[in-house]
Amino acid sequence: MKPAPFAYVRAETLDDVFRVLDERGDGARVLAGGQSLVATLNMRLSAPEVLVDIGRVAGLAGIEDAGDTLRIGAMTRHVEVETSELAAAHTPLLASAMPHVAHPAIRNRGTFGGSIAFADPAAELPACAVALGARMTIAGRGGSRTVDADSFFRGLYETAVGPGEVLTAVEVPKIAAGWRSGFMELARRHGDYAIIGLAAHVQVDGGRFGGGRLVFFGAGDRPVSATRSAALLEGEAWSDALAARIADELKEELDPFEDLNADAAMRRHLAGVLVGRTLAPLAAG
Amino acid sequence: MQTNVDITLRVNGAAVSRRVEARMNLVDFLREELGLTGSHVGCEHGVCGACTVRVDGRIARGCLMVAAQADGAEVWTIEGLSDTGELRALKDAFVERNALQCGYCTPGMLLTAAELLERRPDAGRAEIRRFLSGNYCRCTGYEAIVDAVEMARGR
Repeated sequence: MKPAPFAYVRAETLDDVFRVLDERGDGARVLAGGQSLVATLNMRLSAPEVLVDIGRVAGLAGIEDAGDTLRIGAMTRHVEVETSELAAAHTPLLASAMPHVAHPAIRNRGTFGGSIAFADPAAELPACAVALGARMTIAGRGGSRTVDADSFFRGLYETAVGPGEVLTAVEVPKIAAGWRSGFMELARRHGDYAIIGLAAHVQVDGGRFGGGRLVFFGAGDRPVSATRSAALLEGEAWSDALAARIADELKEELDPFEDLNADAAMRRHLAGVLVGRTLAPLAAG
Repeated sequence: MQTNVDITLRVNGAAVSRRVEARMNLVDFLREELGLTGSHVGCEHGVCGACTVRVDGRIARGCLMVAAQADGAEVWTIEGLSDTGELRALKDAFVERNALQCGYCTPGMLLTAAELLERRPDAGRAEIRRFLSGNYCRCTGYEAIVDAVEMARGR
């Protein structure tokens, strides 16, 4: 057996979860789908005293039409979002990102909320949440609170989920008329973590861009919204010259990390490549 | 708090109850407690797909679940799915196309391919490749595996 020993609690209610988190503090980890956590346990990158399995807590899974938003329960498996007609109709960015979230076997177990709460800087869903302006529902003993995606991701694997709290749902705004979404990533193997990727959500009117967001992942310690580069789009039609201006601006604006897959200069370059490949078809409509 | 967990599940159609360490991965449980060594252990961190099993009707990485999470679940492995004959067409196609050499990845490949053919019976080569992208094969270069899945699709 590879992981260090730990205790295991199968929670039936959120109160069970809060009780263990209160008693064990940092020694406790919440187990959702486990598709990142169990890998880190196997490699002993993490060694919690106790895992609290929330897989049986009622009310945490499912995709609901909540008017202007889709409410996606934290325990909703990736495959459910991938195959959801609601997601395809109202959040095309999520629908196009989903096939890139790991591999089929992992999407069958991994959860939407787990990916957001784990906040891997190279993961797809945190960037989509920021691009779409999603709102996270965080529950604790004292009740629930809501945090905007912009202030949810605080740093490397760090989020606004505090001690004793659990992410329970994500409210994702439905796409509005005149807006378009694009998603693309570069990975060594389809389904692996991206070297760098882009979640774009922009307004397009008569072939010209309005406001919008270009959010990169694999580009920093959290999803990176390139606001200065996105501002260059406003009022412009797509052209090679515009693509070049944005690519230049991205080289100033992004400060990516380097690892075995790519150094920082290569990531900056690829960011510009992604903008071209993603936005050109959005402008063409 | 308990570092041991009592679990009851169904494996290949038969009811199983055991007390296991909480840290025991599902694939280790299947191999070491139940002797079902057809599910292989490769990378043990979710990259290679050799440990692919079916949990509640869908493929999962046996190394990315602890056995405790499978309490109450319906688990099928290459052994059980071979006995039921469900994989017959795929297996025949793998043999015909030489889609294996050492065979280490084959059980995981077969379970993954079976789910693809169930979910998207009209999948073309590009989709077959994408769906199998989470399963490493170090012998074949994949071409023969894609051939075999394509061949089985029509049968």
